[in-house]
Amino acid sequence: MPLLQFTEKGIYCKQANVYIDPWKPVDYAIITHAHADHSRWGNKFYLSHHLSKPIIQHRLGQDISIESMEYGESRTINGVHFSFHPAGHIIGSAQVRVEYKGEVWVASGDYKLENDGFCAPFESVKCNVFITECTFGLPVFKWKPQEEVFAAINAWWRQNKADGKATVLTGYSLGKAQRILQGVDPSIGKIYTHGAIEKTNEVIRNMGVKLNDTIYVTPEIQKKEYEGSLIIAPPAALGTSWQKKFPAFEVGIASGWMNMRGPRRRQSVDRGFVLSDHADFESLNIAINATGCEKVIVTHGYTNIFSKWLNENGIDSQVESTEFEGELAEVGQGKGEKESE
Amino acid sequence: MKDFVRLFNQLDQTTKTNRKVAVLKSYFDAANDMDKLWTIAILSHRRPKRSVRTALLREWAAAEANLPVWLFEESYHIVGDLAETIALVHPNLESKNDKSLTEWIQFIIDLKPLSDEEQKKKVRWAWNQLDERERFVFNKLLTGGWRVGLSQKLMTRALALHAEVEENTLTHRLMGDWRAETSNYHDLVEATNAADQLSKPYPFYLAYAVEGEVQELGNVEDWQAEWKWDGIRGQIIIRNNELFVWSRGEELVTDKFPEFQELVEALPNGTVLDGEIIPFQDGKPLSFATMQTRISRKNVSKAILKSAPIVMIAYDILEFEGQDLRETSMADRRKILENLVQNQESEKLLISEVLELNSWEKLIEVRTKSRENNAEGLMLKRKESTYKIGRKKGDWWKWKVDPLTIDAVMIYAMRGHGRRANLYTDYTFAVWDGEKLVPCAKAYSGLTDKEIKRVDSFVKKNTVDKFGPVRSVTPELVFEIAFEGIAKSSRHKSGVALRFPRIHRWREDKPAGEANTMADLNKLLAEFG
Ligand SMILES: [Zn+2]
Ligand SMILES: [Zn+2]
Repeated sequence: MPLLQFTEKGIYCKQANVYIDPWKPVDYAIITHAHADHSRWGNKFYLSHHLSKPIIQHRLGQDISIESMEYGESRTINGVHFSFHPAGHIIGSAQVRVEYKGEVWVASGDYKLENDGFCAPFESVKCNVFITECTFGLPVFKWKPQEEVFAAINAWWRQNKADGKATVLTGYSLGKAQRILQGVDPSIGKIYTHGAIEKTNEVIRNMGVKLNDTIYVTPEIQKKEYEGSLIIAPPAALGTSWQKKFPAFEVGIASGWMNMRGPRRRQSVDRGFVLSDHADFESLNIAINATGCEKVIVTHGYTNIFSKWLNENGIDSQVESTEFEGELAEVGQGKGEKESE
Repeated sequence: MKDFVRLFNQLDQTTKTNRKVAVLKSYFDAANDMDKLWTIAILSHRRPKRSVRTALLREWAAAEANLPVWLFEESYHIVGDLAETIALVHPNLESKNDKSLTEWIQFIIDLKPLSDEEQKKKVRWAWNQLDERERFVFNKLLTGGWRVGLSQKLMTRALALHAEVEENTLTHRLMGDWRAETSNYHDLVEATNAADQLSKPYPFYLAYAVEGEVQELGNVEDWQAEWKWDGIRGQIIIRNNELFVWSRGEELVTDKFPEFQELVEALPNGTVLDGEIIPFQDGKPLSFATMQTRISRKNVSKAILKSAPIVMIAYDILEFEGQDLRETSMADRRKILENLVQNQESEKLLISEVLELNSWEKLIEVRTKSRENNAEGLMLKRKESTYKIGRKKGDWWKWKVDPLTIDAVMIYAMRGHGRRANLYTDYTFAVWDGEKLVPCAKAYSGLTDKEIKRVDSFVKKNTVDKFGPVRSVTPELVFEIAFEGIAKSSRHKSGVALRFPRIHRWREDKPAGEANTMADLNKLLAEFG
């Protein structure tokens, strides 16, 4: 029997009777990261990384039963050893290494290889079977170094400021928003945040993690004060009455999907910046090769195409369907209100 | 080409028309005449003819990126644009070349006579000179089909500001059959030269659809009503004993309609008529499908002239005795038109009948007879109105009859492009033929984003089979499909072709078994085909 199997509830380890990132309620859930499609409501017990725990509690309630551990630390359940290893996706994100009688599987959750200077950078883990997402598993997805992307964002913000306008940039509340906040040049102007982001920031700051200064967008703030500032917002806030408080502004989206002209144009925003917390095509290939694995299981994204590509390159691969999503909410898809990545 | 690529990026990055005009004007201000001419040509769909086969481009691009052809094709399917896919997968990220737009276009034109091998060498060299965005623009110049998101009108506005020429004059100058290869900027934009104006049509005035109740248009006496004919909008020009026929797409189509040559005799010089070219026989219009068989052919054979005879139904006159009449009122133009058409000999020129109209109620009743008259509905024109340029609200309205509809079952689904690359958005619909479902229409537009998401999740959960990007699904969902016309077709399994099919609404109330049948379609065919 395989060490991990894909059941209707999630990725299941029968020997230990635990699930990884289950999408239906179970007794014991090991969580790769705090995004909504990976840490869902209703499980009796959660195990996550230290830095994911307060965020999951913030999202699912303080009364859930949850424990956490550090990267590299391990927990043994009925002879199966579970440990967390940095995935570089968002703060607290982890690959889950599962070992039983010398056989090693890694469920990587979501990951990126580039060190974003904020969350713990990705570490490759040797394994027999590697479970990977492939949200951007097509050769058209090629990320530029983030310095280049932030240089473009800074230049755009400066220009808007010179034109007396505010700058609204959207990204997920958890992950992208903090990456933007830490990546831009705060000397250009004030940085405001939408409530959903500010609450997440508060949780992160309370864990003792330093973030650049932000001001929460509230009704009392005068229109004039936003001029020349940067306002970070979740994609869902666009086009709602929330943005009525601002003076003239330019809108941008930071997402991997902005790599394609169609989505860039269809979002009806002024600018699209290609910035993703997922691996691009080349990174996926690098990550897979580095594991030295004999087999790859592909979960969400362009699974059939990517799996066929791996098989052609002599890497045994299969597709398993899951209920994880990609960066879709950043371009108005995903499952509505709940952000997921 | 860097300045042109920058222009293109700026145009692409803004949705605001004022900004677009401003960036284009400042581009014109800085560009040399050759680059300006080519920019105007590209923005008015006059790019150089394709010189390299796209099948080859795909093959070379896959090889350059070290990808198997199938993976390139899959990527292309999802991106939805060949030029962009090639630009994205190519490994070179660095711009190494300073050729101007005109030089690159010359480079592309020079590819044409070369062998496949020589073309390959040159194109691969070019791809390696350019960064991603430049490569995209280069590929677009190479392959065409470019939607820049800038109407010709806005381009003309920016150019008018730059060249300090009045916008309407410039619109007229830019129309017609010129090509950048054989023109120069000065003659095209700046020169006030009459001789080359001989064939030039006037910009068409386009109608908006009636919104709300027709009574809201005010006093019925102020309006002129005609059938809205289902043909090809065209302008017939007789000047200096020559005939020119223009279609609305600003295409010179004189050769497609040799029947109109006799109008050179029948009409005085200095005449420009606006009207609809429609298939017509024995005093009656034929269905538009007859016309389609004709315009899809390269050569107009004798057999076609016989099986698909046409006439011009004129409804406006824009020039008479060499005078531009566009500032004259509709009512006065109509008088001149009637006089002209009634006193000429050709049977190929008819006049669009003005419908008796003494009350809106009467008109509403007349409109219901549109299909019997092979018309799409009615046109309403304000008698006082002048002839305007482009789509303008207020004076001309089209008032189409409601579309035909059937209820059909979704049987196949295909993924969309770009933003919707992860969603199944393109569907094939079928009607019942006994126990069997026969595909009868493909449609993608018409659902809300929310509905698309629900249909998408249905598709993913109810896939019966996958072939390439297409999935067959359990035949369960019923949709009302609206269409503008129906015709016999041997190319379709169902034996009928629907014109402009689209999804009208999702019939969640209807089980698949109650969808329409082939017999229902054949009834519609007999009635309206
Ligand atoms: Zn995910
Ligand atoms: Zn995620």
